Amino acid sequence: MWSWVLHRITGVAIFFFLLVHILDTALVRVSPEAYNAVIGTYQTPIMGLGEVALVGAIVFHAFNGLRIILIDFWSKGTRYQKVMFYVVIALWVLTMLAFTPRHLINVFSH
Amino acid sequence: MSTVTVEAAQGPALGDDLEAAPPGSFLVTLIIRRYIPEIDDEPRWQDFDVRVLPTDRILDALHKIKWEQDGSLTFRRSCAHGICGSDAMRINGRNRLACKTLIKDLDPSKPIYVEAIKGLPLEKDLVVDMEPFFESYRQIQPFLIASSAPPEGRERIQNAVARERFDDTTKCILCAACTSSCPVFWTDGQYFGPAAIVNAHRFIFDDRDEGSKVRLDILNDKEGVWRCRTTFNCSEACPRGIEVTKAIQEVKQALLTHRS
Repeated sequence: MWSWVLHRITGVAIFFFLLVHILDTALVRVSPEAYNAVIGTYQTPIMGLGEVALVGAIVFHAFNGLRIILIDFWSKGTRYQKVMFYVVIALWVLTMLAFTPRHLINVFSH
Repeated sequence: MSTVTVEAAQGPALGDDLEAAPPGSFLVTLIIRRYIPEIDDEPRWQDFDVRVLPTDRILDALHKIKWEQDGSLTFRRSCAHGICGSDAMRINGRNRLACKTLIKDLDPSKPIYVEAIKGLPLEKDLVVDMEPFFESYRQIQPFLIASSAPPEGRERIQNAVARERFDDTTKCILCAACTSSCPVFWTDGQYFGPAAIVNAHRFIFDDRDEGSKVRLDILNDKEGVWRCRTTFNCSEACPRGIEVTKAIQEVKQALLTHRS
């Protein structure tokens, strides 16, 4: 059940990110200056940490999405769902370990 | 575990009432979610201390409470041996049969929480209205549909392989542990629920049956199998060990592949 709860929460969170993301990207059509101004406000350490959360949500949603596809279309998927969930968690940890230090060094060295 | 047992054996067992406190018995606290519609506006939690043996079942503890402490405690049970499916309840947050849950398999040093199964209307204490559950069950037509008569004076023959195909889903005892553990069912009472789908599966994959198209049509509904979000709560709740989610997935597969 927790894989499903996390999948829902990350899904909704990603949706709101995408909504804002499309709006701010569309600003370039309004005026490049407005676009630059908005994007400029994102260059803060708080947004840098927010990006860690965003990548964390997307990575989990992506890996767990593959797990759900396997549950749906692989005949043995339901039997191995728990193992696959632990694999998802392991892959998530590995990906985040690779991403987070590099990203934070980038964020805080500017 | 052992410490509890030793203490108990030296305690009241030294007295003469062996029946009230047999050696190896100990006190366990059951916290039961009570609701008596004539008295209570809202359900409330009530504590009971019961002397039990580790090999006792939750059902035994409930019986002791009802017979010795509070006769108003209401719950369903019929066979008390895991066959009739009457006493499904939520024990320590998991749906189980009270008659198949041993005290020693829980943690008796902590209070044991017992409440009615969720998602069905609460009637009294641990009793819920099962009618919505059985209504879904009836809708999937859980009986053999065949246009031909069986051979004269004989049963309908089926080979072992064909029988094996749906063996798992024949084990259902309609206790509602699966359906009432499903988060989709909690919020959407219209959803057929795992138990109805399991029993549809039992006939859809039976090669003697000719009604599978009807049942697949019923389950192709908005409130049918597609509502399943594969949370696996049902598979974990089933006291008969049926791979419920697997059965639901197989019905989905049948819908995807048998027609397009």
